[in-house]
Amino acid sequence: MTLSADISHRLSDFAVEARFESAGRLTALFGPSGSGKSTLINLIAGLIRPDKGRISVDGNVLVDTAARIFVPMHKRRIGMVFQDARLFPHMSVAGNLRYGRWFTPSSERYAKMDAVVDLLGIGHLLDRRPAKLSGGERQRVAIGRALLASPKLLLMDEPLASLDEARKAEILPYIERLRDETKIPIVYVSHSVAEVARLASDVVVLSQGKVAAAGPTEAIMRRLDLLPAEERGEGGAVLDTKVLRHDEVFGMTVLASQAGEIRVPKLARAAGAPVRIRIRARDVMVATEKPAGLSALNILSGTIVGMKPGEGPEVEIGIDCHGAVVIARITEQSRQALGLKLGSQVFAVIKTVSFDRANTGAGLPAEVGV
Amino acid sequence: MNWLLDLTPDEWNAVRLSIKVATVAMIASLPPGILIALLLARGRFWGKTLLNGLVHLPLILPPVVTGYLLLLTFGRRGPAGAFLAEHFGIIFSFRWTGAALACGVMGFPLMVRAIWLSIEAVDRRIEAAAGTLGANPLWVFATITLPLILPGLIAGAILSFAKAMGEFGATITFVSNIPNETQTLPSAIYTFTQVPGGDEGALRLTLISIVISMAALIASEVLARRVGRRMDIE
Repeated sequence: MTLSADISHRLSDFAVEARFESAGRLTALFGPSGSGKSTLINLIAGLIRPDKGRISVDGNVLVDTAARIFVPMHKRRIGMVFQDARLFPHMSVAGNLRYGRWFTPSSERYAKMDAVVDLLGIGHLLDRRPAKLSGGERQRVAIGRALLASPKLLLMDEPLASLDEARKAEILPYIERLRDETKIPIVYVSHSVAEVARLASDVVVLSQGKVAAAGPTEAIMRRLDLLPAEERGEGGAVLDTKVLRHDEVFGMTVLASQAGEIRVPKLARAAGAPVRIRIRARDVMVATEKPAGLSALNILSGTIVGMKPGEGPEVEIGIDCHGAVVIARITEQSRQALGLKLGSQVFAVIKTVSFDRANTGAGLPAEVGV
Repeated sequence: MNWLLDLTPDEWNAVRLSIKVATVAMIASLPPGILIALLLARGRFWGKTLLNGLVHLPLILPPVVTGYLLLLTFGRRGPAGAFLAEHFGIIFSFRWTGAALACGVMGFPLMVRAIWLSIEAVDRRIEAAAGTLGANPLWVFATITLPLILPGLIAGAILSFAKAMGEFGATITFVSNIPNETQTLPSAIYTFTQVPGGDEGALRLTLISIVISMAALIASEVLARRVGRRMDIE
């Protein structure tokens, strides 16, 4: 799937002028609120008509103002999951799930009711009314409803933003399954570094209605300057790893990454399973000699390949550890004291306990099974 | 109790006619009522204020004036009346159909207001969600909007029915007071009060009138509650 957009649209007090192309499994539109990401997704869904521009999916033009083409939303076959589930209150969960099927030509119906219900774990909810569901359940049903319309593209507009942390943790694994087990390309709007780092294959960073950067998640998450100020602390390196083994004695999981072995709190994943981790830049210490007598368990050796002044007294340092770049944020004072410069051989030190549910793919809850 | 049910044939006819007129008036005003309520709630067009005024006119004007205007327009020689009689064979003047028209017009603003309010209460974002699932605007209306405004629809219909049961001024001006044809309950009660010794008949019909109105009200309550429970909107 290739989504390409070149759009300019004026709202009362700001304008969106975005141009990007993405072919990712899960493309995140990332930016602070007011950056135009929701406007952009509404333009793709056909909920808004752009002033000027063109959007196409796999060469199928959805809107092209120059050619006077505007495919109405009900003909786009683009599923949408809204922040506020928007379930139909007068129908049962099953009725909601079946709704889109009516309007899908039978030859294009690839989504199977049983499979989707299983995927999202909503079998026990089918007879309930939306008013009787919890926020997390509601959002899972909304995802199922969009899937069962057999869409060619699935849009998710901050589907977790209105949920608390526990509910978020409940739904994230289902979105991961969606990404890994179905073939539908997903465009995911979010302002959270944790969600984007965990879910996205590609990121389009939006700022004040314009595209600030676009590219693979690992490359974008490293650039702390792209992150909104309040989320900068969440930024850092994103590494794709595999479960090597579990340390039952100490309750840890050992992950194999390009940078070396990384120990994290125990994950509910089988050996060999892929796990994406995010190492926050603020959690990384830098040492010039291999430290001894230190409690931190993860010590990665590497070479400094980048150095950038951060905010205030900080400096951001990129350390290439055997091909994987880890970002550290330290003070300028420490940098000078250690004499760090490009090409220096250093060690990146990361505490195991700095990994939590938010920056390791924590896996599905045990009762669901993997 | 016996004297209550011991109606003369003319009185029975007045009861039957009233129910028939009110039912026809209610059912016939539903489709245009929904349409106008939709236009007023969602439309953005020139002359919306004018349409709003026109719809509410029967509420403000003296009923006699409304009845007289109907006579001028839908009477045998009126422009609309002549046209309908000639092309469709529909005659309103001095027929029970005319009474239904008068009642429908008088109840129309009440019906439109009730439906209008319920349309404005519908979350349009839910309709948009149905659109993204592939439903065209007509389907969205039929499967989402209509079920969601059902309570308002019922309320509007009952208001229109109740108004029709009690309508007097416009009806008597437009189609007069002909027993078995245009003599509805209020007209019959009025006739009783105009003749000596008519008190008993007037009281009988008054009580029947109360019973029918209460029954309609209770039926609407029960219906609305059942619909409301089915929907269970947060």
